[in-house]
Amino acid sequence: MSAFWSAWVTVITLAVILGCTWLLLATRKSQPHQDTTEETLGHEFDGIEEYDNPLPKWWFQMFIGTVIFGLAYLTLYPGFGNFQGLLGWSSTGQWEDEMKHAEETYKPVFAKYAALPVEELVSNPENENGLKMGQRMFANNCSLCHGTAATGAHGFPNLTDADWLYGGDAATIKASIANGRSGAMPPWGAVLGEEGVRDVTNYVLSLSGAESDAEAAARGQTQFQALCTACHGADGKGLPILGAPNLTDDVWLYGGSFEKVAHSIRNGRAGVMPAHKDLLSDEKIHLITAYVYSLSNK
Amino acid sequence: MIKHETIEKNIGLMILLIIIVISGGGLAEIVPLFFSSSTTKPIEGLRTYTPLEFEGRDIYIREGCNTCHSQMIRPFRAETERYGHFSTANEHVYEYPFLWGSKRTGPDLARVGGRYSDDWHRAHLYNPRDVVPESKMPSYPWLFENKLSGKDTAKKLTAQQTLGVPFTDETIAGAAEAVQGKYEIDALVAYLQALGKMHTQYNNKR
Repeated sequence: MSAFWSAWVTVITLAVILGCTWLLLATRKSQPHQDTTEETLGHEFDGIEEYDNPLPKWWFQMFIGTVIFGLAYLTLYPGFGNFQGLLGWSSTGQWEDEMKHAEETYKPVFAKYAALPVEELVSNPENENGLKMGQRMFANNCSLCHGTAATGAHGFPNLTDADWLYGGDAATIKASIANGRSGAMPPWGAVLGEEGVRDVTNYVLSLSGAESDAEAAARGQTQFQALCTACHGADGKGLPILGAPNLTDDVWLYGGSFEKVAHSIRNGRAGVMPAHKDLLSDEKIHLITAYVYSLSNK
Repeated sequence: MIKHETIEKNIGLMILLIIIVISGGGLAEIVPLFFSSSTTKPIEGLRTYTPLEFEGRDIYIREGCNTCHSQMIRPFRAETERYGHFSTANEHVYEYPFLWGSKRTGPDLARVGGRYSDDWHRAHLYNPRDVVPESKMPSYPWLFENKLSGKDTAKKLTAQQTLGVPFTDETIAGAAEAVQGKYEIDALVAYLQALGKMHTQYNNKR
């Protein structure tokens, strides 16, 4: 704030406080000093008159009290333009203190767990508190998509079932959290035509032993071999490096009914897991990884 | 000495004194902010919304999102741990009107961009309970049916330009085309994904 605006704020603030005080004292002076009087203001309406009583004492004293409080506050805390107040308080400073305190308290705890490999964190019961921290951070950051129990939702993977799109070892889980994932199943509706989509759907359903039309599945197999094996593999078991799901295990991210599978083939799927490396510190990602790993490796 | 009677019986004098008393707060607290660089100078690298994001912002206002969601992270650790760096005035220089909100029934959204996938936002806005079972947020299924015409987009951006938002003439010229035929949900999700991503000055790592 420039010197002019600093002075502007200071002068107006003081003028208003002192002006109000003056008005109170000035009008009080002209009034009788007793608590109550028999004097009236001299007007009368329908026989009703008004006593000319002074302000109640408690009210007057409270007003003076607030003036004193206000001036004391403005001396101790910032308020008069650029004057920082005798206590040197600022909202940013208070935040920095809080952060520093938290850093001192929690840094050693995080450091202890960050030094341990994920597998060790999960297998050794002594590290239970580390997993609890991971669980809390999962609840805060991950549960909106994956659910509070990590069981997922339509389009958001279940993390408890030991079925993984990109791989379930600790390093891969950590990479998924830190860098995110982008699924890229292209839409095949235009290539296959509606008939082709139905044939391939029948074949895909037959892979996990679901009910399907054998004749259509046989036609679908040819097209599957031509179009789908690059990602899902010749046997339909998927390819973790691309996040292409295993189609033979009857675990379905977007639903396993005929219509749902057909929809996935027709329109493609592009599930995105956002990257968290710019949101969470490495130590926190480490503990969340441990928690997620523990869900299928207890 | 001045008497109450004098003030009470001269309405002109009373009006004048009332104006003087009630202007004090505004003159000291609001007027200096119009001239302070911390409130009028945009944070370095602050970009403007794309036409689609801008239309999404209008939908956000139309649906009243700001009555339950704030866009104002306060400088407390409890907030910065959850939402990222606290909000500062120079991030909102291009906001007409600003959407800070004053009440959180749902979480703060100042830096929600990039935290969830587009698919999640779509599922969540269609029916919040599909992804967050305990949510009490309303569903917004009509956003998936209504299309943007783009009829007024250029005019809206021109109005913003008049207020000092540096939308380029090319952006305004292409605005209608950029939003035409898009669903309202596309615009709203684009806007939500832009929140907190309008500049890269702050480290939001927690």
